Amino acid sequence: MTLALETTDLKVQLQLGDDWFTVCDLSLLVPGRGVAALLPDGRQVALFRDRAGELYAVDNRDPFSGAAVLSRGLTGSLQGRPFVASPLLKQRFDLRSGQCLDDDTVRIGTYEVRAT
Amino acid sequence: MTATPGATPTIVLVGHGMVGQRFLEALAERGLTATHRVVVLCEEPRPAYDRVQLTSYFSGKTPEELSMTDMEFIKDHGIELYVGDPAETIDRDARKVTARSGLVFDYDVLVLATGSYPFVPPVPNKDAEGCFVYRTIEDLLAIEEYARSRATTGAVVGGGLLGLEAAGALKGLGLTSHIVEFAPRLMPVQVDEGGGAALLRTIEEMGLSVHTGVGTQEIVTDASGAVTGMKLSDGSELATDLVVFSAGVRPRDQLARESGLTVGERGGIAVDEQCRTVGDPHVFAIGECALAADGRVYGLVAPGYEQAETAAATIAADEASFTGADLSTKLKLLGVDVASFGDAHGTAEDCLDVVYSDSRSGLYKKLVIGRDGTLLGGILIGDADAYGTLRALTGSVPPVSPESLVLPAGAGGGAQLGPSALPDEAVICSCHNVTKGTIRGAVTEHSCTTVPEVKKCTKAGTGCGSCVKILGQLVTAELEASGVEVDKGLCGCFSQTREELYEIVLALRINTYQDMLDRYGRDGARGGDGCDVCKPAVASIIASLAPTIGASGYVLDGEQAALQETNDHFLANLQKNGSYSVVPRIPGGEITPEGLIVIGEIARDFGLYTKITGGQRIDMFGARVEQLPLIWARLVDAGFESGHAYGKSLRTVKSCVGQTWCRYGVQDSVRMAIDLELRYRGLRSPHKLKSAVSGCARECAEAQSKDFGIIATSNGWNLYVGGNGGATPRHADLLAQDLSDTELIRLIDRFLMFYIRTADRLERTSTWLERIPGGLDHVRDVVVEDSLGICEELESLMAAHVANYADEWATTINDPEKLARFVSFVNAPDTPDPVVGFVPERDQIKPDLPLLTIGHRPLEGSAQR
Repeated sequence: MTLALETTDLKVQLQLGDDWFTVCDLSLLVPGRGVAALLPDGRQVALFRDRAGELYAVDNRDPFSGAAVLSRGLTGSLQGRPFVASPLLKQRFDLRSGQCLDDDTVRIGTYEVRAT
Repeated sequence: MTATPGATPTIVLVGHGMVGQRFLEALAERGLTATHRVVVLCEEPRPAYDRVQLTSYFSGKTPEELSMTDMEFIKDHGIELYVGDPAETIDRDARKVTARSGLVFDYDVLVLATGSYPFVPPVPNKDAEGCFVYRTIEDLLAIEEYARSRATTGAVVGGGLLGLEAAGALKGLGLTSHIVEFAPRLMPVQVDEGGGAALLRTIEEMGLSVHTGVGTQEIVTDASGAVTGMKLSDGSELATDLVVFSAGVRPRDQLARESGLTVGERGGIAVDEQCRTVGDPHVFAIGECALAADGRVYGLVAPGYEQAETAAATIAADEASFTGADLSTKLKLLGVDVASFGDAHGTAEDCLDVVYSDSRSGLYKKLVIGRDGTLLGGILIGDADAYGTLRALTGSVPPVSPESLVLPAGAGGGAQLGPSALPDEAVICSCHNVTKGTIRGAVTEHSCTTVPEVKKCTKAGTGCGSCVKILGQLVTAELEASGVEVDKGLCGCFSQTREELYEIVLALRINTYQDMLDRYGRDGARGGDGCDVCKPAVASIIASLAPTIGASGYVLDGEQAALQETNDHFLANLQKNGSYSVVPRIPGGEITPEGLIVIGEIARDFGLYTKITGGQRIDMFGARVEQLPLIWARLVDAGFESGHAYGKSLRTVKSCVGQTWCRYGVQDSVRMAIDLELRYRGLRSPHKLKSAVSGCARECAEAQSKDFGIIATSNGWNLYVGGNGGATPRHADLLAQDLSDTELIRLIDRFLMFYIRTADRLERTSTWLERIPGGLDHVRDVVVEDSLGICEELESLMAAHVANYADEWATTINDPEKLARFVSFVNAPDTPDPVVGFVPERDQIKPDLPLLTIGHRPLEGSAQR
């Protein structure tokens, strides 16, 4: 995770193995709102940017419903932990660790993300 | 013909009124329905209904809604209920009851709950055509029919409780109404002269003519035998087309009399403290037909219930007794509070009165105080708020001076004596005999934290409802006393309630969420990202007030877009597989064939699943996010606009075809529904808003299950509020009657804006009405009487909303930057989400979802329907 600089031509990149995969222009990420990206292997990632400019990337698939919708959830912070709430049944997931805040047994995948 | 008696002992109940039904419930609670055969003989053509609320039939309640009988209950407990088949004879020696149908039942225990009959004074022509009594639903149906077809004027004989209700009902039917009372004042049993005078003034101001101190001598008829007037004892004659006798009731003890049971001199089946008849241990009598051990016949439902419990307990060999009951009553008659309690007439020796009387505002309050300062009873007319506290204090010396209890607050020394002053044994709910101690226990031991929870736990407040206010005060006091820090804050980010946030936004014209959070958030939350609770809540407040506070009325503008739930963000309803459904607005449910064809073509072209909604429109399911703009471009082109099915905002205003087509309709309900739907479309609110307009009292549009429902009358519109279907159905309450178009719209404007202002997040109008202090009466005071002086502001806020409405889908499809968000993947805008798949079902499609290992577990807020 990297603090993004406020310039218009920065790109958002995800780490896949040893490589950085370019997703989109940073300007397409509205603070507090997510977008979904399709990876070359067919997986889906939800990307978020918070008010301070921090970027996060987690699996887009909601493990409770099976639908690929986490990028459309609302974000927030709980005691300093940034989270996204599933738009379907409202379970919250820690954006840093992928841990579900409402069910200890559930965790989703996370990705390294940077703006460069 | 003889019905075969089983091997099990048989209980026969004669009479299925409110007390009879309570008796059955008491039997079931004690397990007696399992060990006994229970037979019920009911004379009326319908099972037990709420006779206390009889008059509400005229404000729109149907006989079905008045019913108190859950047929599942009857069935589940194996109770044999014979409706329309009264008992005709009792053979006590053989222990047999014969019903009118000829059925004969052997009994081990016989319970008489035959109730009472209306007393009709023996005046000439009392049975003429146009003479009625006021006792059963059938009586009401007959009065309604006659009033509609044959009468313009009506007179009620009797100015007691029921007489006043009957007179109000006649007025409601559009008749010029008279009340003739033999006693020198109205409600002679309950109130004294001063109270009667206060009541008289208020009732005359409503346009009813009251004649006190005169008796009815004769009913005058025309040649055909129909009523044309009545001769009064003062020599005058009153012209009237209809007469309702409501001169009191008498116990129905004929059956008992004929079977040789002891009856009182002035009627009533004599019973002991266990409600067993004097002289026959196999026979009980309960309710209005019984002459209790204290020598009185009780005409109120609460003592009847107590007798029902006593009889059931005795049959179960439990100890119980009925030694007498409090005759305290509190009711709202024609909108006037009337309460009397304890020794209201000051019959005790040496007692003294404390009286406050203000004829100008129709207030009269009297307390009867004993020599030693004990509160013995009292009468309250016009304002009975203190009833709950005072009744519970009766029999003790109040902790403050009696004067301060009747003086209005602000009149110097008017003390507000809270329920905390009451002892634990004080009875708060007299319908269910619940004490203050029990209510406190519900909070302290059963962890109830809200009035609805306490109601459910203790039954308090579920009878007549007159104690709900004091109940709320007790619950709050108890929570505070037990140190429960009730954090009323909206969420972890804001310590304020939604209502407080609304006031801040409106007063300070704050129009961004970030500004709100940074200035008014909790310490740790300022400068942060907020959360999924407060973001949409504050966004909704900003949207509701947008034109007034200088925010954009477009919910996807700037910061607002980031605050919306996914539904509002994509202006469509998210479905379980990540696809969306689309609902164009079809105001009032009226649509042209061309409109239907457009929707059909779009659904066909995009392969959408279509379904007719409960709100009289069409839902198209299975749209991928990138299809939404394409679908809407065609819908907008064909003249459709957003239906806001995705928003916490006005959904639909359903309607029936009304006067235009229906032979029963009395107003143009479709026109009104369309006007209302177009007026309030797009209005963001704490939760969704549903409405309906019915063209007549038959209520085909189901308006009484809506947040605001309108039912046409021959004089205009009746407005109902706070209805709900869903998991906790609630019938709407009547807010105002016979409104003109303009009055109706003004009142809805005020009601909706007051709701938006004061409700909690995700609180429907039904729960809001139950929660806010003062309930419906308070809301009526505020929006009808303008008691807070805010109606002008409420109206202007609504006017601003109406003037600034714009269809958000039309705005969106013309904004390329917004349209760019409608993609499944930011890095592959043309690729559809492969997870969104469909399989065929019944000639359409349904979502195809992979099987999951984790079960569904909905969280807070997600189960709202």
